[in-house]
Amino acid sequence: MGKNILTLSDATFDETIAGSDTPVLVDFWAEWCGPCLMLAPTLDEIAAEQDGKLQIAKVNVDENPTTAQRFNVMSIPTLLVFQPGDSSAEVKRLVGAKGKSQLLADLAEFVG
Amino acid sequence: MSAQHREIVVIGSGPAGLTSAVYTARANLEPLVIEGVGAGGQLMLTTEVENFPGFPEGILGPALMANMREQALRFGTEFVTDDVSRVDFSSRPFGVWVGDTEYRADAIIISTGASARMLGLPSEQRLLGYGVSTCATCDGFFYRGRPLAIVGGGDSALEEALFLTKFATKVTIIHRRDEFRASKIMRDRALANDKIDVIWNAEVTEVVGDQAVESLVLRDTVTGETSTLEVAGLFVAIGHTPNTALFEGVLDLDENGYIVTAADSTATSIPGVFAAGDVQDHVYRQAITAAGSGCMAAIETERWLAEHA
Repeated sequence: MGKNILTLSDATFDETIAGSDTPVLVDFWAEWCGPCLMLAPTLDEIAAEQDGKLQIAKVNVDENPTTAQRFNVMSIPTLLVFQPGDSSAEVKRLVGAKGKSQLLADLAEFVG
Repeated sequence: MSAQHREIVVIGSGPAGLTSAVYTARANLEPLVIEGVGAGGQLMLTTEVENFPGFPEGILGPALMANMREQALRFGTEFVTDDVSRVDFSSRPFGVWVGDTEYRADAIIISTGASARMLGLPSEQRLLGYGVSTCATCDGFFYRGRPLAIVGGGDSALEEALFLTKFATKVTIIHRRDEFRASKIMRDRALANDKIDVIWNAEVTEVVGDQAVESLVLRDTVTGETSTLEVAGLFVAIGHTPNTALFEGVLDLDENGYIVTAADSTATSIPGVFAAGDVQDHVYRQAITAAGSGCMAAIETERWLAEHA
């Protein structure tokens, strides 16, 4: 996992979003999810390139079922984007693994 | 930006693509594999693979693909983890673009595989990710203690149904015919499972729910009667369609979109472009047959390059 990526838990989710200066893209994933593993290197690259513009974070749904349930995540990988300071609801939801070019296009409003 | 030149570009990274990479890498052809978003292919969505020779205890699909990728890397394969955006096979070397990056290749092996087919209902599309899923191994976890339905009647559908019984209270298989086309071993296993019910001769006409799946509207394919089935999730396993959108109007495709290859060969309608695996096989569609045709493509490509390059 890239060094720019944060690991969130049920306990730290709200405070991390609250304390962020940039939008946060949260990847809901699990080790047994093939498409999640396919997506991981792409997120590592985006995290490195978008450092300071878009924070990337991960929630392991196995270990943090409460957060997954709270945002009605029923399919993984699901990517949710939160505005800085507002963890009440996501402003963007993407379901399923995508390639880097597609992902960057879908995230155009958040990436530089 | 100037194009990068390669002897071989492999598009796709399931068993067909990675086997062709292992073979062409060992032949010092330094293949570039554009592995795509669905890197590893359909096996990444499976659990235990019991019928790939060499693994007497079975092997997890993602582990098998990780092994194949490692084997290809060991002999000098290079990987690009993104999707091909367009191709130009009208002149040689052939053009392949990933976004703005252009690659030129003396020969191409296409192994883009197939993707899960959907029912084609607007309600299914709207609830995708909210209770409608095409990946039991990914999403079964979210349905612990809840009832589920799965549509389909092939080996994949029954395998997924059995997997889902680990989580769900009950798994109802909805099948449009009165018998499964799955293999006998899978039929026997599914029908013997207490948690599995089957509704024969039925199709899903609507997925009902606002923010989550609440129920399905079913239509009896014999009587035409409709009924409702309450479930928390719907898994769709009704087969696959080949990933050939990139090659429409470029290569000869059959009426179902599969790449047409010459008899006993992986040669496509364009000399120097070869196709292997599920993208050209609507008959066998197994990991081992995909790997086998990947090997054929590699050997045919080597010979073709020796004669033409």
